Amino acid sequence: MSILISRETRVIVQGITGGEGSFHTRQMIEYGTKVVAGVTPGRGGETFDSRVPVFNTAEEAVRQTGAEASVIFVPAPFAADAILEAAACGISLVVAITEGIPLFDMIRVRRFLAGRKTRLIGPNCPGVITPGSCKIGIMPGFIHTPGRVGVVSRSGTLTYEAVWQLTRMGIGQSTCLGIGGDPVVGTTHLDALCLFNEDPGTEAVLMIGEIGGKAEEEAAQFVSREMKKPVVAFIAGRTAPPGRRMGHAGAIISGGVGTAQGKIEFLRKSGITVAESPAEIGEAVASVL
Amino acid sequence: MKIHEYQAKQILKKSGVPVPEGKVCFTVEEAVEAASPFLSAGGPVAVKAQIHAGGRGKGGGIKLVRNEAEVREAAGALLGSKLITPQTGANGQMVSKVLVESGVDIQRELYAGITFDRSRIEDVFMVSSEGGVEIEQVAAEAPEKIHKAYIDPLLGMHAYQARDLAYRLNLPAEAVRKAVEVFLNLYQAYRSHEATLAEINPLVLTRDNRLYALDAKMNFDDSALFRQKEIAGMRDPAEEDLLEREANEFGLNYIKLNGNVGCMVNGAGLAMATMDIIKQAGGEPANFLDVGGGANVETIANGFRIICRDPKVSAVLINIFGGIVRCDRVARGVAEAVSSLKISLPVVVRLEGTNAGEGKKIIREAGLGFLWADTLKQAAEMAVAASAAKRAAR
Repeated sequence: MSILISRETRVIVQGITGGEGSFHTRQMIEYGTKVVAGVTPGRGGETFDSRVPVFNTAEEAVRQTGAEASVIFVPAPFAADAILEAAACGISLVVAITEGIPLFDMIRVRRFLAGRKTRLIGPNCPGVITPGSCKIGIMPGFIHTPGRVGVVSRSGTLTYEAVWQLTRMGIGQSTCLGIGGDPVVGTTHLDALCLFNEDPGTEAVLMIGEIGGKAEEEAAQFVSREMKKPVVAFIAGRTAPPGRRMGHAGAIISGGVGTAQGKIEFLRKSGITVAESPAEIGEAVASVL
Repeated sequence: MKIHEYQAKQILKKSGVPVPEGKVCFTVEEAVEAASPFLSAGGPVAVKAQIHAGGRGKGGGIKLVRNEAEVREAAGALLGSKLITPQTGANGQMVSKVLVESGVDIQRELYAGITFDRSRIEDVFMVSSEGGVEIEQVAAEAPEKIHKAYIDPLLGMHAYQARDLAYRLNLPAEAVRKAVEVFLNLYQAYRSHEATLAEINPLVLTRDNRLYALDAKMNFDDSALFRQKEIAGMRDPAEEDLLEREANEFGLNYIKLNGNVGCMVNGAGLAMATMDIIKQAGGEPANFLDVGGGANVETIANGFRIICRDPKVSAVLINIFGGIVRCDRVARGVAEAVSSLKISLPVVVRLEGTNAGEGKKIIREAGLGFLWADTLKQAAEMAVAASAAKRAAR
């Protein structure tokens, strides 16, 4: 079992003909993901790698293929529009990989999605993977192994690091979800915990957070109130100086809000096991299983 | 992105928020000339150092003067000096321009500021009767004195919200109307330029019940600069750390810190975690450096160039998680970069992920004196020890 995606999920790639889009489309197909169509305006009628039809619009791609998920590699100035396009034609899961989407565009996207059935993952994220079944995103597939730990993270390579620790300890993952490093994202830590809480295939959750905002604290409140499964966390950025944006647009301590220390204390009070060091994430997860 | 006070005031003025008359000056003579009409009118003159860091008042960067000789002295003292404030760090920031402004007759000092609330996905407009001090201090000591309105960025600020805030400040009747206008215009300036912060502190009420933005601070969404050309043009490279600016030109994400263990990592989250584990191993990270997902010879070489320019660095830790980009390719990149740059610092390498074993072999056989670490913890400990040994040898 898993959340959000499975072996049957049919995926379209928006921006399939670009450098990133084409590279990762091949990687996803190799992993076993059902990539059924691509979208690049002006390139409709072409066939990507002689196997994936390309359409001018998401609407046409969905109508022709019945896809229910989309992954977006469209450049930042146009990416928000691509998300809206996917949502407007009824796609139920949109995974936005693109980094650097303006904040105001994401505010518009969130308003547009309110009341619709579309779930957005990202932007500025590695995507989502159900090990052995389906990969929608840019993470290296081989580091994952099927199992019963759900992983949710704001980061990319730090998640790979943690997942690799789990895999080498023989701890498999139900689904790994990168929610993205931007201040406004479609799916939060809290949303992910709610999904994992209801998934019979997940028995514990690893939450990887970082400085900035209050998303980890909001998730922790849910953990102390309703979470039925153990939650382990790691928070990056104990040594990050205030007021500086640490790579991710959302990773900034401002006005004393969003420090790693504050988050760690809050999480511990909420009953979450917090790993002290990034080298000990795997062991911390093993300790709750 | 940050801009100077005088630039923020230009934006505010254009948006209909009253600011004191003033001019930005680069020389003492310009300052004297700019001050002359204000002095003739009998008023005092403010000479204000233009640097991005806050706390200028505390650092002696704002001088109130009353005659030409004092203008000359104040501008002379500030221009070309290094101003140290609580926010600049110990080295201070070079002052290359001052804002010469007409002094205003202050009755009360208020606060007005807007920022983005990530949890609510709305803008939050804050006002307070306690202006002139840091708003964080007011929030900590007297939170009841801060009044807030939440604004849907897609709808903009409603007039009733501005009225509500204005009435909470206990202003004289004729100033309430002006405050409403100031608040609405400030919001417009903030939203239309895709700012992430707009702050007027203090917003002063004069004895004749007029309002002026005595100070102004604005920050902007970096991701929106491609379409905010006016704002992008206000960037002042002199305010940025030299190394950070160079790293930026290489397309690297670098932030200088105060320690001596340089680190080079792929991915922002892993880069932060690497800094953290260096600290846990008893060292101090010299920097944050994210070389991006696809660490190759060029990005690694550029990373070395930047890290090694910081004289405090006494060891370098490379921590790369090879996923799509395999470790053997990263290892060749590291070896090539180091041999081309002739680096004399100890370099600890930890590669994990695809083909890590081959990566290890390449690093070992490169003969460049690399220290190989098998785990993240070991890597941090080795780098901290190597850094201490190097410093002892210096």
